[in-house]
Amino acid sequence: MIALLKRDLKLALRSGGGFGLSLAFFLIVVMFVPFGVGPNSATLALIAPGILWVGALLASLLSLDRVFQLDFEDGTLDLMATSPLPLEGVVAIKALTHWLTTGLPLSLAAPVLGALLSLPNDAFLWMFVSLLIGTPALSFLGAFGAAITVGLKRGGLLLSLLVLPLYIPSLIFGAQSVTLIMEGLDNATAFALSAAISLLSFAIVPFAAAYAIKVNIR
Amino acid sequence: MRLTDRVLPVVTVLSVGALLVGLIWGFFFTPDDYKQGSTVKIIYLHVPSALMAINAWLMMFVASLIWLIRRHHVSALAARAAAPIGVTMTLIALFTGAIWGQPMWGTYWAWDPRLTSFMILFVFYLGYIALWAAIEDQDTAADLTSVLCLVGSIFALLSRYAVNFWNQGLHQGASLSVDSAQPVDNVFRYPLFVSMAGFMFLFVALVLLRTRTEIRSRRMAALIARERSA
Repeated sequence: MIALLKRDLKLALRSGGGFGLSLAFFLIVVMFVPFGVGPNSATLALIAPGILWVGALLASLLSLDRVFQLDFEDGTLDLMATSPLPLEGVVAIKALTHWLTTGLPLSLAAPVLGALLSLPNDAFLWMFVSLLIGTPALSFLGAFGAAITVGLKRGGLLLSLLVLPLYIPSLIFGAQSVTLIMEGLDNATAFALSAAISLLSFAIVPFAAAYAIKVNIR
Repeated sequence: MRLTDRVLPVVTVLSVGALLVGLIWGFFFTPDDYKQGSTVKIIYLHVPSALMAINAWLMMFVASLIWLIRRHHVSALAARAAAPIGVTMTLIALFTGAIWGQPMWGTYWAWDPRLTSFMILFVFYLGYIALWAAIEDQDTAADLTSVLCLVGSIFALLSRYAVNFWNQGLHQGASLSVDSAQPVDNVFRYPLFVSMAGFMFLFVALVLLRTRTEIRSRRMAALIARERSA
Protein backbone atom coordinates (compact mmCIF):
# COMPACT_ATOMS: atom_id res chain seq x y z
CA MET A 1 0.00 0.00 0.00
CA ILE A 2 2.90 2.33 0.70
CA ALA A 3 4.20 1.64 -2.78
CA LEU A 4 0.84 2.62 -4.23
CA LEU A 5 0.85 5.78 -2.13
CA LYS A 6 4.30 6.73 -3.35
CA ARG A 7 3.36 6.02 -6.95
CA ASP A 8 0.20 8.07 -6.83
CA LEU A 9 1.92 10.94 -5.09
CA LYS A 10 4.66 10.96 -7.68
CA LEU A 11 2.11 10.98 -10.47
CA ALA A 12 0.15 13.77 -8.89
CA LEU A 13 3.17 15.94 -8.21
CA ARG A 14 4.62 15.64 -11.67
CA SER A 15 4.14 18.38 -14.19
CA GLY A 16 1.05 16.83 -15.77
CA GLY A 17 -0.42 16.06 -12.40
CA GLY A 18 -2.40 19.22 -11.79
CA PHE A 19 -0.95 19.76 -8.34
CA GLY A 20 -0.80 23.54 -8.30
CA LEU A 21 -4.06 23.93 -10.14
CA SER A 22 -6.36 23.44 -7.17
CA LEU A 23 -4.38 26.02 -5.22
CA ALA A 24 -4.62 28.45 -8.11
CA PHE A 25 -8.33 27.82 -8.41
CA PHE A 26 -8.75 28.41 -4.70
CA LEU A 27 -6.94 31.73 -5.00
CA ILE A 28 -9.05 32.83 -7.94
CA VAL A 29 -12.34 31.92 -6.28
CA VAL A 30 -11.35 33.76 -3.13
CA MET A 31 -10.34 36.77 -5.21
CA PHE A 32 -13.71 36.77 -6.95
CA VAL A 33 -15.68 37.23 -3.79
CA PRO A 34 -14.69 40.84 -3.08
CA PHE A 35 -15.39 41.66 -6.72
CA GLY A 36 -18.86 40.27 -6.35
CA VAL A 37 -19.68 41.40 -2.85
CA GLY A 38 -17.81 44.67 -2.48
CA PRO A 39 -14.56 45.42 -0.68
CA ASN A 40 -16.12 46.33 2.68
CA SER A 41 -13.90 44.67 5.30
CA ALA A 42 -16.66 44.09 7.80
CA THR A 43 -18.80 42.19 5.29
CA LEU A 44 -15.86 40.17 4.07
CA ALA A 45 -14.77 39.24 7.56
CA LEU A 46 -18.27 37.93 8.28
CA ILE A 47 -18.36 35.67 5.26
CA ALA A 48 -14.67 34.74 5.12
CA PRO A 49 -14.86 31.32 6.81
CA GLY A 50 -17.76 30.26 4.63
CA ILE A 51 -16.11 31.49 1.44
CA LEU A 52 -12.84 29.79 2.28
CA TRP A 53 -14.68 26.56 2.96
CA VAL A 54 -16.73 26.78 -0.23
CA GLY A 55 -13.59 27.56 -2.20
CA ALA A 56 -11.78 24.59 -0.68
CA LEU A 57 -14.76 22.42 -1.47
CA LEU A 58 -14.89 23.45 -5.11
CA ALA A 59 -11.13 23.16 -5.52
CA SER A 60 -11.31 19.65 -4.08
CA LEU A 61 -14.03 18.80 -6.54
CA LEU A 62 -11.93 19.78 -9.53
CA SER A 63 -9.18 17.28 -8.96
CA LEU A 64 -11.51 14.36 -8.24
CA ASP A 65 -11.49 13.24 -11.85
CA ARG A 66 -7.95 12.03 -11.63
CA VAL A 67 -8.51 9.84 -8.58
CA PHE A 68 -9.59 6.80 -10.56
CA GLN A 69 -10.13 7.90 -14.14
CA LEU A 70 -6.54 7.71 -15.37
CA ASP A 71 -6.02 4.25 -13.98
CA PHE A 72 -9.36 3.13 -15.32
CA GLU A 73 -8.53 4.30 -18.81
CA ASP A 74 -5.27 2.45 -19.16
CA GLY A 75 -6.38 -0.70 -17.39
CA THR A 76 -4.37 -0.25 -14.23
CA LEU A 77 -7.53 -0.27 -12.17
CA ASP A 78 -8.33 -3.76 -13.44
CA LEU A 79 -4.88 -4.88 -12.35
CA MET A 80 -5.37 -3.33 -8.96
CA ALA A 81 -8.71 -5.04 -8.59
CA THR A 82 -7.19 -8.45 -9.24
CA SER A 83 -4.10 -7.88 -7.11
CA PRO A 84 -3.71 -9.27 -3.57
CA LEU A 85 -4.16 -5.75 -2.23
CA PRO A 86 -7.86 -5.34 -1.36
CA LEU A 87 -9.69 -2.79 -3.47
CA GLU A 88 -10.83 -1.03 -0.29
CA GLY A 89 -7.15 -0.38 0.48
CA VAL A 90 -6.62 0.98 -3.02
CA VAL A 91 -9.53 3.37 -2.57
CA ALA A 92 -8.25 4.51 0.81
CA ILE A 93 -4.77 5.17 -0.54
CA LYS A 94 -6.08 7.08 -3.52
CA ALA A 95 -8.33 9.19 -1.34
CA LEU A 96 -5.40 9.83 0.98
CA THR A 97 -3.30 10.90 -2.01
CA HIS A 98 -6.04 13.27 -3.07
CA TRP A 99 -6.09 14.77 0.40
CA LEU A 100 -2.30 15.12 0.54
CA THR A 101 -2.24 16.89 -2.80
CA THR A 102 -5.41 18.95 -2.43
CA GLY A 103 -6.85 19.17 1.08
CA LEU A 104 -3.58 19.65 2.89
CA PRO A 105 -2.21 22.42 0.64
CA LEU A 106 -5.60 24.14 0.72
CA SER A 107 -5.62 24.09 4.51
CA LEU A 108 -2.16 25.64 4.56
CA ALA A 109 -3.15 28.29 2.02
CA ALA A 110 -6.41 29.19 3.74
CA PRO A 111 -5.07 31.53 6.42
CA VAL A 112 -3.02 33.35 3.79
CA LEU A 113 -6.07 33.79 1.58
CA GLY A 114 -8.08 34.65 4.68
CA ALA A 115 -6.00 37.78 4.96
CA LEU A 116 -7.42 38.79 1.56
CA LEU A 117 -10.90 38.45 3.03
CA SER A 118 -10.17 40.36 6.23
CA LEU A 119 -10.35 37.20 8.32
CA PRO A 120 -9.47 38.26 11.89
CA ASN A 121 -5.94 37.30 12.88
CA ASP A 122 -6.96 35.12 15.79
CA ALA A 123 -9.14 33.04 13.48
CA PHE A 124 -6.20 32.10 11.27
CA LEU A 125 -5.21 29.06 13.29
CA TRP A 126 -8.78 27.81 13.58
CA MET A 127 -9.28 28.26 9.84
CA PHE A 128 -6.28 26.07 9.19
CA VAL A 129 -7.30 23.45 11.73
CA SER A 130 -10.92 23.34 10.67
CA LEU A 131 -9.95 22.76 7.06
CA LEU A 132 -7.25 20.28 8.06
CA ILE A 133 -9.74 18.17 9.97
CA GLY A 134 -12.63 18.62 7.57
CA THR A 135 -10.98 18.15 4.17
CA PRO A 136 -10.35 14.40 4.60
CA ALA A 137 -14.14 14.02 4.45
CA LEU A 138 -14.11 15.94 1.16
CA SER A 139 -11.42 13.70 -0.29
CA PHE A 140 -13.05 10.47 0.78
CA LEU A 141 -16.56 11.43 -0.25
CA GLY A 142 -15.12 12.72 -3.48
CA ALA A 143 -13.43 9.39 -4.04
CA PHE A 144 -16.82 7.74 -3.57
CA GLY A 145 -18.32 9.96 -6.25
CA ALA A 146 -15.33 9.33 -8.50
CA ALA A 147 -15.73 5.58 -8.06
CA ILE A 148 -19.37 5.76 -9.06
CA THR A 149 -18.72 7.80 -12.19
CA VAL A 150 -15.44 6.20 -13.20
CA GLY A 151 -17.03 4.36 -16.10
CA LEU A 152 -18.50 7.50 -17.64
CA LYS A 153 -16.53 9.39 -20.23
CA ARG A 154 -17.68 12.89 -19.40
CA GLY A 155 -18.85 12.36 -15.87
CA GLY A 156 -17.43 15.59 -14.48
CA LEU A 157 -20.65 17.51 -14.01
CA LEU A 158 -22.54 14.46 -12.80
CA LEU A 159 -19.73 13.89 -10.33
CA SER A 160 -20.27 17.39 -8.95
CA LEU A 161 -24.02 16.86 -8.68
CA LEU A 162 -23.52 13.61 -6.80
CA VAL A 163 -20.77 14.74 -4.48
CA LEU A 164 -21.76 18.28 -3.52
CA PRO A 165 -24.87 17.29 -1.53
CA LEU A 166 -22.69 14.86 0.40
CA TYR A 167 -20.41 17.75 1.27
CA ILE A 168 -23.11 19.81 2.96
CA PRO A 169 -22.65 18.56 6.55
CA SER A 170 -18.86 19.00 6.31
CA LEU A 171 -19.33 22.51 5.01
CA ILE A 172 -21.79 23.43 7.72
CA PHE A 173 -19.73 22.15 10.62
CA GLY A 174 -16.42 23.26 9.19
CA ALA A 175 -17.47 26.82 8.52
CA GLN A 176 -19.34 26.97 11.83
CA SER A 177 -16.26 25.90 13.79
CA VAL A 178 -14.53 29.06 12.63
CA THR A 179 -17.52 31.41 12.69
CA LEU A 180 -18.39 30.47 16.27
CA ILE A 181 -14.85 31.26 17.37
CA MET A 182 -15.08 34.61 15.63
CA GLU A 183 -18.28 35.35 17.53
CA GLY A 184 -16.63 34.41 20.81
CA LEU A 185 -18.69 31.26 21.28
CA ASP A 186 -17.56 27.72 21.97
CA ASN A 187 -17.03 25.68 18.84
CA ALA A 188 -16.33 22.29 20.41
CA THR A 189 -19.51 20.69 19.05
CA ALA A 190 -19.03 21.90 15.52
CA PHE A 191 -15.37 20.92 15.50
CA ALA A 192 -16.02 17.49 16.96
CA LEU A 193 -18.79 16.82 14.48
CA SER A 194 -16.59 17.95 11.60
CA ALA A 195 -13.94 15.50 12.72
CA ALA A 196 -16.60 12.85 13.17
CA ILE A 197 -17.75 13.26 9.58
CA SER A 198 -14.20 12.87 8.35
CA LEU A 199 -13.83 9.69 10.35
CA LEU A 200 -17.22 8.42 9.22
CA SER A 201 -16.39 8.92 5.56
CA PHE A 202 -13.00 7.30 6.10
CA ALA A 203 -14.81 4.30 7.53
CA ILE A 204 -17.63 3.95 5.01
CA VAL A 205 -16.24 5.14 1.70
CA PRO A 206 -13.59 2.46 1.03
CA PHE A 207 -16.25 -0.23 1.11
CA ALA A 208 -18.87 1.65 -0.86
CA ALA A 209 -16.36 2.89 -3.43
CA ALA A 210 -14.71 -0.52 -3.83
CA TYR A 211 -18.12 -1.98 -4.58
CA ALA A 212 -18.81 0.75 -7.11
CA ILE A 213 -15.46 0.17 -8.83
CA LYS A 214 -16.06 -3.55 -9.02
CA VAL A 215 -19.42 -2.86 -10.62
CA ASN A 216 -17.86 -0.46 -13.10
CA ILE A 217 -15.04 -2.70 -14.26
CA ARG A 218 -17.25 -5.75 -14.75
CA MET B 1 -48.12 -8.37 -12.67
CA ARG B 2 -51.37 -10.18 -12.04
CA LEU B 3 -51.48 -8.97 -8.47
CA THR B 4 -50.91 -5.38 -9.50
CA ASP B 5 -53.40 -5.79 -12.34
CA ARG B 6 -56.01 -6.20 -9.69
CA VAL B 7 -54.57 -3.83 -7.13
CA LEU B 8 -53.80 -0.84 -9.33
CA PRO B 9 -57.36 0.17 -10.26
CA VAL B 10 -58.42 -0.11 -6.63
CA VAL B 11 -55.56 2.06 -5.44
CA THR B 12 -56.17 4.59 -8.19
CA VAL B 13 -59.82 4.93 -7.28
CA LEU B 14 -58.93 5.21 -3.60
CA SER B 15 -56.39 7.92 -4.30
CA VAL B 16 -58.64 9.97 -6.55
CA GLY B 17 -61.48 9.61 -4.07
CA ALA B 18 -59.43 10.52 -1.04
CA LEU B 19 -57.79 13.43 -2.82
CA LEU B 20 -61.10 14.84 -4.02
CA VAL B 21 -62.77 14.44 -0.65
CA GLY B 22 -59.82 15.73 1.33
CA LEU B 23 -59.06 18.71 -0.85
CA ILE B 24 -62.60 19.85 -1.51
CA TRP B 25 -63.56 19.37 2.13
CA GLY B 26 -60.41 21.12 3.24
CA PHE B 27 -60.52 24.02 0.86
CA PHE B 28 -64.22 24.75 0.77
CA PHE B 29 -65.89 23.33 3.82
CA THR B 30 -63.63 24.35 6.66
CA PRO B 31 -63.83 27.73 8.34
CA ASP B 32 -61.10 30.31 7.97
CA ASP B 33 -58.47 30.23 10.67
CA TYR B 34 -58.81 33.15 13.10
CA LYS B 35 -55.16 34.03 12.75
CA GLN B 36 -54.24 33.07 9.22
CA GLY B 37 -57.42 33.53 7.29
CA SER B 38 -57.88 31.23 4.37
CA THR B 39 -54.23 30.90 3.45
CA VAL B 40 -53.80 28.09 5.96
CA LYS B 41 -55.76 25.84 3.66
CA ILE B 42 -52.73 25.27 1.53
CA ILE B 43 -51.75 22.92 4.35
CA TYR B 44 -53.85 20.30 2.59
CA LEU B 45 -51.40 20.27 -0.28
CA HIS B 46 -48.25 21.20 1.56
CA VAL B 47 -48.16 18.70 4.42
CA PRO B 48 -49.13 15.58 2.45
CA SER B 49 -46.66 16.29 -0.34
CA ALA B 50 -43.89 16.92 2.18
CA LEU B 51 -44.79 13.67 3.91
CA MET B 52 -44.64 11.74 0.66
CA ALA B 53 -41.39 13.37 -0.38
CA ILE B 54 -39.71 11.86 2.67
CA ASN B 55 -41.54 8.57 2.35
CA ALA B 56 -40.57 8.23 -1.27
CA TRP B 57 -36.91 8.50 -0.35
CA LEU B 58 -37.40 5.92 2.44
CA MET B 59 -39.04 3.58 -0.03
CA MET B 60 -36.12 4.06 -2.42
CA PHE B 61 -33.73 3.28 0.43
CA VAL B 62 -35.50 0.01 1.22
CA ALA B 63 -35.79 -0.92 -2.45
CA SER B 64 -32.08 -0.23 -2.96
CA LEU B 65 -31.22 -2.45 -0.01
CA ILE B 66 -33.39 -5.23 -1.40
CA TRP B 67 -31.70 -4.92 -4.79
CA LEU B 68 -28.21 -5.06 -3.31
CA ILE B 69 -29.00 -8.02 -1.07
CA ARG B 70 -31.46 -10.10 -3.07
CA ARG B 71 -30.91 -8.72 -6.57
CA HIS B 72 -34.60 -8.76 -7.26
CA HIS B 73 -34.99 -6.71 -10.40
CA VAL B 74 -38.41 -5.33 -9.57
CA SER B 75 -37.08 -3.57 -6.50
CA ALA B 76 -34.46 -1.75 -8.56
CA LEU B 77 -37.12 -0.76 -11.07
CA ALA B 78 -39.43 0.36 -8.29
CA ALA B 79 -36.73 2.57 -6.80
CA ARG B 80 -36.08 4.07 -10.21
CA ALA B 81 -39.79 4.61 -10.72
CA ALA B 82 -40.31 6.25 -7.34
CA ALA B 83 -37.60 8.87 -7.74
CA PRO B 84 -39.34 11.27 -10.16
CA ILE B 85 -42.51 11.06 -8.08
CA GLY B 86 -40.50 11.89 -4.97
CA VAL B 87 -38.79 14.83 -6.60
CA THR B 88 -42.12 16.20 -7.78
CA MET B 89 -43.55 15.86 -4.27
CA THR B 90 -40.53 17.74 -2.94
CA LEU B 91 -41.07 20.48 -5.49
CA ILE B 92 -44.76 20.72 -4.63
CA ALA B 93 -43.85 20.96 -0.96
CA LEU B 94 -41.27 23.66 -1.62
CA PHE B 95 -43.53 25.71 -3.87
CA THR B 96 -46.69 25.44 -1.77
CA GLY B 97 -44.56 26.30 1.22
CA ALA B 98 -43.30 29.40 -0.55
CA ILE B 99 -46.83 30.38 -1.56
CA TRP B 100 -47.92 29.93 2.04
CA GLY B 101 -44.90 31.77 3.34
CA GLN B 102 -45.49 34.99 1.49
CA PRO B 103 -48.77 35.98 3.20
CA MET B 104 -47.80 34.28 6.47
CA TRP B 105 -44.26 35.45 7.10
CA GLY B 106 -43.84 38.08 4.41
CA THR B 107 -41.19 36.11 2.57
CA TYR B 108 -41.15 33.33 0.03
CA TRP B 109 -38.14 31.66 1.52
CA ALA B 110 -36.21 31.49 4.78
CA TRP B 111 -33.26 29.31 5.66
CA ASP B 112 -35.27 27.62 8.37
CA PRO B 113 -34.00 24.08 9.18
CA ARG B 114 -37.04 22.38 7.77
CA LEU B 115 -37.04 24.27 4.49
CA THR B 116 -33.30 23.87 4.10
CA SER B 117 -33.55 20.12 4.70
CA PHE B 118 -36.14 19.90 1.95
CA MET B 119 -33.95 21.80 -0.44
CA ILE B 120 -31.12 19.37 0.33
CA LEU B 121 -33.45 16.43 -0.20
CA PHE B 122 -34.38 17.88 -3.58
CA VAL B 123 -30.74 17.96 -4.63
CA PHE B 124 -30.20 14.39 -3.47
CA TYR B 125 -33.13 13.30 -5.62
CA LEU B 126 -31.68 15.13 -8.61
CA GLY B 127 -28.35 13.35 -8.25
CA TYR B 128 -30.05 9.97 -8.01
CA ILE B 129 -32.18 10.55 -11.11
CA ALA B 130 -29.20 11.91 -13.03
CA LEU B 131 -27.14 8.83 -12.24
CA TRP B 132 -29.83 6.47 -13.51
CA ALA B 133 -29.99 8.47 -16.71
CA ALA B 134 -26.25 8.55 -17.23
CA ILE B 135 -25.48 4.83 -17.28
CA GLU B 136 -26.39 2.55 -20.15
CA ASP B 137 -26.15 -0.92 -18.68
CA GLN B 138 -29.24 -1.31 -16.52
CA ASP B 139 -27.77 -3.69 -13.98
CA THR B 140 -24.73 -1.50 -13.46
CA ALA B 141 -27.01 1.50 -13.12
CA ALA B 142 -29.13 -0.34 -10.56
CA ASP B 143 -26.04 -1.23 -8.53
CA LEU B 144 -24.52 2.22 -8.58
CA THR B 145 -27.73 4.08 -7.85
CA SER B 146 -28.45 1.71 -4.96
CA VAL B 147 -25.08 2.43 -3.38
CA LEU B 148 -25.64 6.13 -3.96
CA CYS B 149 -29.04 5.92 -2.29
CA LEU B 150 -27.59 4.17 0.74
CA VAL B 151 -24.64 6.51 1.24
CA GLY B 152 -26.86 9.45 0.34
CA SER B 153 -29.40 8.46 2.99
CA ILE B 154 -26.73 8.56 5.67
CA PHE B 155 -25.65 12.01 4.61
CA ALA B 156 -29.18 13.26 4.08
CA LEU B 157 -29.88 12.34 7.70
CA LEU B 158 -26.63 13.94 8.79
CA SER B 159 -27.54 17.07 6.85
CA ARG B 160 -30.85 17.28 8.63
CA TYR B 161 -29.12 17.47 12.00
CA ALA B 162 -26.32 19.65 10.69
CA VAL B 163 -28.89 22.14 9.44
CA ASN B 164 -30.62 22.16 12.83
CA PHE B 165 -27.28 22.93 14.42
CA TRP B 166 -26.50 25.54 11.82
CA ASN B 167 -29.71 27.40 12.31
CA GLN B 168 -30.42 27.09 15.98
CA GLY B 169 -28.59 30.25 16.82
CA LEU B 170 -30.95 32.32 14.71
CA HIS B 171 -34.44 30.93 15.18
CA GLN B 172 -34.98 29.39 18.57
CA GLY B 173 -37.43 26.59 18.11
CA ALA B 174 -39.58 26.10 15.07
CA SER B 175 -41.29 29.44 15.33
CA LEU B 176 -41.85 29.50 11.61
CA SER B 177 -43.64 26.20 11.26
CA VAL B 178 -47.28 26.22 12.07
CA ASP B 179 -47.81 22.62 13.07
CA SER B 180 -45.30 22.75 15.89
CA ALA B 181 -46.84 25.09 18.43
CA GLN B 182 -50.61 24.86 18.50
CA PRO B 183 -52.29 21.51 18.05
CA VAL B 184 -54.22 21.53 14.83
CA ASP B 185 -57.91 21.94 15.50
CA ASN B 186 -60.25 19.03 14.88
CA VAL B 187 -61.94 20.94 12.13
CA PHE B 188 -58.74 21.02 10.16
CA ARG B 189 -57.42 17.67 11.27
CA TYR B 190 -59.77 15.29 9.50
CA PRO B 191 -59.59 16.74 6.01
CA LEU B 192 -55.82 16.79 6.50
CA PHE B 193 -55.77 13.09 7.28
CA VAL B 194 -57.94 12.34 4.29
CA SER B 195 -55.69 14.43 2.09
CA MET B 196 -52.61 12.66 3.44
CA ALA B 197 -54.21 9.32 2.71
CA GLY B 198 -55.03 10.56 -0.76
CA PHE B 199 -51.43 11.52 -1.44
CA MET B 200 -50.22 8.21 -0.10
CA PHE B 201 -52.52 6.25 -2.35
CA LEU B 202 -51.51 8.51 -5.22
CA PHE B 203 -47.87 7.69 -4.60
CA VAL B 204 -48.56 3.96 -4.48
CA ALA B 205 -50.65 4.12 -7.64
CA LEU B 206 -48.03 6.09 -9.53
CA VAL B 207 -45.17 3.87 -8.41
CA LEU B 208 -47.11 0.76 -9.40
CA LEU B 209 -47.96 2.28 -12.76
CA ARG B 210 -44.41 3.34 -13.48
CA THR B 211 -42.87 0.08 -12.30
CA ARG B 212 -45.23 -1.91 -14.49
CA THR B 213 -44.23 0.29 -17.41
CA GLU B 214 -40.55 -0.29 -16.68
CA ILE B 215 -41.11 -4.05 -16.49
CA ARG B 216 -42.96 -4.02 -19.79
CA SER B 217 -40.27 -1.96 -21.47
CA ARG B 218 -37.61 -4.37 -20.24
CA ARG B 219 -39.59 -7.30 -21.57
CA MET B 220 -39.90 -5.56 -24.90
CA ALA B 221 -36.20 -4.86 -25.02
CA ALA B 222 -35.48 -8.51 -24.24
CA LEU B 223 -37.84 -9.67 -26.96
CA ILE B 224 -36.27 -7.34 -29.50
CA ALA B 225 -32.80 -8.51 -28.52
CA ARG B 226 -33.86 -12.11 -28.86
CA GLU B 227 -35.36 -11.42 -32.28
CA ARG B 228 -32.18 -9.80 -33.44
CA SER B 229 -29.96 -12.63 -32.34
CA ALA B 230 -32.27 -15.37 -33.62
